[in-house]
Amino acid sequence: MNIWDPTHECISRDELEQLQLERLQTTLNRVHKNVIHYRKIFNKLGALPEDVISLADLSKLPLTSKDDLNFNYPYGMFAVPLREVVRIHSSSGTGSKPLVAGYTKNDIRIWSNLVARFMTAAGVTHDDLVQVTFQYGLFTGAFGLHYGTETIGASVIPMGTGNTERQIMIMQDYKSTVLVSTPSYALELAFRMEQLGINPKSLSLKVGLFGGEPWSEKMRSQIEQGLAINATDNYGLSEVIGPGIAGECSCKNGLHIYEDAFLPEIIDPDTGKVLPPGSEGELVITTLTKEAFPLIRYRTRDITSLDYAPCTCGRTLVRMKRLSRRSDDMLIIRGVNVYPSQIEEAVFSAAQGEAPYQIVVERIGAMDSMEVIIEVTDKIFALELQKQRSFLDSVKKQINTITGINASVKLVAANSIPRKEGKITRVSDRRQI
Amino acid sequence: MLRIKNINTFYGQVHAIKNVSLHLAEGEIVTLIGANGAGKTTLLNTLSGIVPPKSGQILFNDVEINHFPPHKIVRLGVSQVPEGRQVFKPLSVEDNLELGAYLHYRIKGGKSEAKKDMGMVFELFPILQQRRKQLAGTLSGGEQQMLAIGRALMAKPRLLLLDEPSMGLAPMIVQEILKVIANLSREKKTTILLVEQNARAALKIAHRGYVLETGRLILEGTASELLENKDVQRAYLGRDKKEIWER
Repeated sequence: MNIWDPTHECISRDELEQLQLERLQTTLNRVHKNVIHYRKIFNKLGALPEDVISLADLSKLPLTSKDDLNFNYPYGMFAVPLREVVRIHSSSGTGSKPLVAGYTKNDIRIWSNLVARFMTAAGVTHDDLVQVTFQYGLFTGAFGLHYGTETIGASVIPMGTGNTERQIMIMQDYKSTVLVSTPSYALELAFRMEQLGINPKSLSLKVGLFGGEPWSEKMRSQIEQGLAINATDNYGLSEVIGPGIAGECSCKNGLHIYEDAFLPEIIDPDTGKVLPPGSEGELVITTLTKEAFPLIRYRTRDITSLDYAPCTCGRTLVRMKRLSRRSDDMLIIRGVNVYPSQIEEAVFSAAQGEAPYQIVVERIGAMDSMEVIIEVTDKIFALELQKQRSFLDSVKKQINTITGINASVKLVAANSIPRKEGKITRVSDRRQI
Repeated sequence: MLRIKNINTFYGQVHAIKNVSLHLAEGEIVTLIGANGAGKTTLLNTLSGIVPPKSGQILFNDVEINHFPPHKIVRLGVSQVPEGRQVFKPLSVEDNLELGAYLHYRIKGGKSEAKKDMGMVFELFPILQQRRKQLAGTLSGGEQQMLAIGRALMAKPRLLLLDEPSMGLAPMIVQEILKVIANLSREKKTTILLVEQNARAALKIAHRGYVLETGRLILEGTASELLENKDVQRAYLGRDKKEIWER
């Protein structure tokens, strides 16, 4: 049947709404008691948690944004004392500081089981060997899939990123049956195998679990052909939990949101108003089970729509459409979230003042590359003359410090970046996904 | 089987139960954990109709029972075992049990049915059979608790509300009583809402639990999740205290 938790994944709408209401109310009672940010919100509204008597009442509370998390950096949004936190992850903020997410023991266990749901839906069983090529570290992706694999009882091969030839060798020799990666890295693996003359059908690989960046149906068929696997999509974001918010079933007709743990809403990104079911808009999530870092009406900035029609797989949980765009300017470079504002901060701090610049993102083969083009200013010219440290190197280093990715940086003559009505387009994304 | 939404209960001016929502599925043992004065007993009394809620909805098998008087709620299949047992002390064990069957007694065939049920109670608690002619007031605390549970079972409940069955009893007796409660759920498919101060013991036999704090529910989870929760450990399992002792 390929369903990890039928009690919750196939629950009736009626029972689900009761459970959601209970969990919403307990979550609100806890954040009101333990998180100053939310208590202030209730006080400002002159309301108490018990004023929320239906799921629809939730929309009376304000939205939570990345700015709120930045403002309460690092631990201000935690609902438990730090000594009860057993894990800390981070993801990109809009400025130089990351966003911090904490997990209790229960949070980790619940998270592992949520990941096990989409892995099971994709056909992973305890007989599988799962090769994880996400970066282990502050990002949630690798650990989420790692624990999901162990929860199912399959074997995990914790490769981490990079070293494509070694990845292929391990895949061949260890007989990996499941690949966990970003979709673009899966394509890179396929290209490299083709170059090396390796027939993908000679591998034991059968399933791919892809996430971390948006990808099209065209990419899906390229991956499925290039690696001779069944490629599936899953969704998550680090602030909310990591992977395990939603995942595809075998119908590949949208991703089931695990509604017993997350309450989804769709809003108009401009007005913040809740939109009727089926409309396209920004996904907003309220966590229903998280202990350490609960979020109330968190803006994901991802644009999607929800489909409440029953799915032929037997799951009753709502499906979200696969992602294609965002309601903000965040870029996803090789699975890493980058905000143009972060790049700007790096450029301006290295240039010791404002400088005209443009971010160019391209996809060469399957891999993303980012180049930052900066026009020379008097200040930069003076810095270059001092030769204390090459200006370009310091920009590169700053970008790497803030975002964790390597960008190439180029200096060009003043006024050489094309302008539209006197303004530079900050980001030129030339990728075709 | 039981579904509660946004229940508010008052004792005069005191808002004792604040917007509580919870549910029990058929055959489940759910425990309600909370400190003294959190509102646990009030919630049970609200469910059994003794202190009706001011607002909210109680659905028992899809029937709204908010404003039903207690005797009608018992007839629907909800029995409460009150805190402190409350057995009829001047009556014999047998008479206590027969009183529990008063609803069925006058129905045709009710008498023989009650006999059979009494046999079932004696099977669960053999000691009561030995003491059946004895006055309830002469029983030990543990035996009185068994009698109180037995009396509630005589009404053939589908939902059993248990209020602090372990109160004031020796650990051995508590174990025995909890074992019977677990059996009731497993073998007789009786649904059980168990209020306990002895949170660790309750969570051992429960499937799920809720944590009540000053009239509000602050946590819902499986028994194993609640056992792992630090708030529960600190407040209701006395773990920190034990750690200090063991040091």
